[in-house]
Amino acid sequence: MANETTISITVNGRERSSEVEPRMLLVHWLREGLGLTGTHIGCDTTSCGACTVLLDGTPVKSCTMFAVQADGRALTTVEGLQQNGKLHAIQEGFKEEHGLQCGFCTPGMMLLGAALLEDNPNPSEKDVRWAISGNLCRCTGYQNIVKAVQYAGQKIESERSGAQA
Amino acid sequence: MFPRSFEYFAPTSIEDALALLAEHGEDAKVLAGGQSLIPLMKLRFAAPDYIVDINRIQGLDYLEEQDGSLRIGALVRTSDMERSELIASRYPAMAAAAPLISDPVVRNLGTVVGSLCHADPQGDWASVMLAMGAELVCRSATGERRVAIGDLIDGPFTTTLEPNEIATEVHVPDPGAHSFGTYLKLERKVGDFASVGVAVHLALDGDRVERAGIALTAVGAGNIKAKEAEDALAGAVLDDATIDRAASLAAEAADPKTDLRGSADYKREIVRVFVTRALSQAATAKAA
Ligand SMILES: Cc1cc2nc3c(=O)[nH]c(=O)nc-3n(C[C@H](O)[C@H](O)[C@H](O)COP(=O)(O)OP(=O)(O)OC[C@H]3O[C@@H](n4cnc5c(N)ncnc54)[C@H](O)[C@@H]3O)c2cc1C
Ligand code: FES
Ligand code: FES
Repeated sequence: MANETTISITVNGRERSSEVEPRMLLVHWLREGLGLTGTHIGCDTTSCGACTVLLDGTPVKSCTMFAVQADGRALTTVEGLQQNGKLHAIQEGFKEEHGLQCGFCTPGMMLLGAALLEDNPNPSEKDVRWAISGNLCRCTGYQNIVKAVQYAGQKIESERSGAQA
Repeated sequence: MFPRSFEYFAPTSIEDALALLAEHGEDAKVLAGGQSLIPLMKLRFAAPDYIVDINRIQGLDYLEEQDGSLRIGALVRTSDMERSELIASRYPAMAAAAPLISDPVVRNLGTVVGSLCHADPQGDWASVMLAMGAELVCRSATGERRVAIGDLIDGPFTTTLEPNEIATEVHVPDPGAHSFGTYLKLERKVGDFASVGVAVHLALDGDRVERAGIALTAVGAGNIKAKEAEDALAGAVLDDATIDRAASLAAEAADPKTDLRGSADYKREIVRVFVTRALSQAATAKAA
């Protein structure tokens, strides 16, 4: 294909390179290029947040960014939350607090939750609702998503203080 | 949805970016946050041949005061405005607007300058900047000029920016030692564009209004500066009669259309209510 460029992006800690057309959206590169289908496409119009990924730690909508824009940068997708076979606290929170039903919004919600907890390990209900306010969930009514994020915050805190003791 | 093919440039200096626009201007688009441009390209309402991505240019993300006035660089995101202590302490209208613009994830990328260049009649930043008397600094390979926001906006999604120009910063004049500002927005849900938005900025001298800026969002073909309401406030004391008069004049300046977000009459009434509310807040804050 004419007009292709090589990009190299660290995805979940691993460097991945490929040839892409500049018009390739980041979400398609992740799903079709790398087979990382945990990042979902909901609305495809920048409105639902199902495609949220972390770009150098900051939540962005991968349906509204070209893959070339992420060249040289680091991405985290839902597949990168688990480390060494152990669930991330946010994943455990969603499991314990029944934070999902169909699961379509869940990857985006978990990444937002993980990013929030980096800044604010002990968020209030209001803080969580604010952080996820742009991401849509058609199933849960949000209540258990909020609880799941708070559960994860408490777990991370208790592990930290446990490690210090 | 796939945009049409284009050639992509990611220059690392403003000079390189301006040289690319000098060459490709008419067929090129500047890419900042991409939160308006990429959706348009996906729908193929925009189909540029060249994209000049300015995100890799260092030193365009400053948000600082210089000689009392505020400079907002082209890569300052709306989320930076939301989190800035400088904005929270000195620029209440901007601090009020930032968290009401789009949603938290879109704000992480969308820029203030990009919003002004996009000139969406429902864009919130342009009203705030109109009320505060801000100017946009525009650079081309051959020079630099300043454009008042009122002269920038030329109609819905249309500006007086030349195809070879990059807007490098917004310049906001000193709000004054005693000032009041707010932004009130009626939206149906987080992430929705305004049904109606009202920006108010007042420079105060004791009891009297020295200078007033009032601008309206989503009630016309572009953001509207409510000039007559501003004039009615200049030099006046904020008593009930003055507030009523200014609010009515602002409502008259609005030119809303009936749509899914409400009828024209309803929107006009919201303008009146919001201006009354903002000015009453200013009067109470002063009395306290
Ligand atoms: C779901 C959603 C909800 C939204 N809700 C709101 C809302 O409530 N209120 C609101 O005001 N906005 C809203 N927006 C728009 C959002 O704020 C955009 O980010 C903003 O309007 C454009 O900024 P950007 O940096 O993303 O610009 P881009 O999309 O990169 O560019 C927009 C246009 O400006 C031009 N441009 C950008 N920067 C420059 C520059 N420095 N010099 C010259 N030209 C330039 C581009 O070429 C393009 O034509 C929403 C967007 C989405 C997707
Ligand atoms: S798929 Fe990207 S925001 Fe909905
Ligand atoms: S769990 Fe179904 S959309 Fe959120």
